[in-house]
Amino acid sequence: MKRSSFLEHVGWTGAGIAYTLSAGGLFAGRAVAAMNDTVDFVQISDSHIGFHQAANPDVAGTLTSVVANINAMPVQPAFVVHTGDITHLSTAQQFSDAKAILSQLKAPLIALPGEHDVLGNDFKPYLSNFKIPQSTSGGWASWDRGGVHYIVLLNVFNFEKMGLLGNDQLDWLAKDVQPVKAGTPVVVFTHVPLYALFEEWGWTTQDGTKALALLQKFDNVTILNGHIHQIVTHSEGNIRFASAAATAYPQPKPGTAPKPGPVTLAHDDLLHAIGYRTVELDGAAARIEDRPLA
Amino acid sequence: MLCLLVALVGATAAPASTPTVVIKDDAYAPTRLTISAGQTVTFVNQDDDAHTVTATDGTFDSKGLDTNGVWRHTFTKPGTYAYFCEMHPFMKGTIVVKSVTP
Repeated sequence: MKRSSFLEHVGWTGAGIAYTLSAGGLFAGRAVAAMNDTVDFVQISDSHIGFHQAANPDVAGTLTSVVANINAMPVQPAFVVHTGDITHLSTAQQFSDAKAILSQLKAPLIALPGEHDVLGNDFKPYLSNFKIPQSTSGGWASWDRGGVHYIVLLNVFNFEKMGLLGNDQLDWLAKDVQPVKAGTPVVVFTHVPLYALFEEWGWTTQDGTKALALLQKFDNVTILNGHIHQIVTHSEGNIRFASAAATAYPQPKPGTAPKPGPVTLAHDDLLHAIGYRTVELDGAAARIEDRPLA
Repeated sequence: MLCLLVALVGATAAPASTPTVVIKDDAYAPTRLTISAGQTVTFVNQDDDAHTVTATDGTFDSKGLDTNGVWRHTFTKPGTYAYFCEMHPFMKGTIVVKSVTP
């Protein structure tokens, strides 16, 4: 197997962008098509409810717009996955506000915690409002749907070494994928990128390579994460990665600023930089369309 | 509001040399601060992002400190205390607490 590895930043256009993640790599450049009825699921991320700085003074408003856009899809997706940082500071009020907006989704919601949702290493405020269906006691989960094996991995619980999966989760993952046939398409959701996207800013999972090793046997693996508030795609062999835009505010491209953090744009530009993502699984390929709010 | 009031009153009553760590641009300043046992350190978040002041050994934790958030902690035992930000683990600081000589 020829192993290729590349990192590519994908810019937004007014119409949004679409690309296909397949075994051969990444093909970009097609304008977003009209919404069709073949979307399998929708990914949203990094809503940071409770944030109120200049980068987005109305994070509840932009999340509400995203929810309205998803609800307006002609055929509802099987589910909507939120890949973490639902709240800004894990407070009860922020969780309550976020739940009020997200509960308006017509499709079922699967919401992962980000590190902003478990501050103080406290899982309880999240669990009082959200849970991942069929999850283990540790919170991670897997399920099969439509011939696809879906996996949720949590890498936000060891703050000092974030992201970290830990041996319990890795042991579980080894057992989970063992009986799954190599030809089965696998889709993995995490908050922090599972590979070293930009270690200087902590955009990595310290033991991520151990998880990726367990996923090597599959012909097609698609790993979708949040945390970095921008679209970045990457490929390692048969494993393809796509980081999602936020619903709240963008962060700088790796290394283009002294530090990560909220980037303040003119309002129209903000709406170009946040949004949601539709994913269509078409046999060997995952067709991803990133749809900005404007 | 009560916390803010207490912090303000405290700041007014404290001597001019109140040990303070300012959080700005994803960094603690000063990164290493030396104080005497019994002193209270004021942590002020002047950044446009939220942060925490979390002890590596788990002995103290500010929880989420929003922009303009203030958190104070009194260090009673001499020692060297490393801390970091839960949301930005590359942010690290140290408080050195010296014993008070009579």
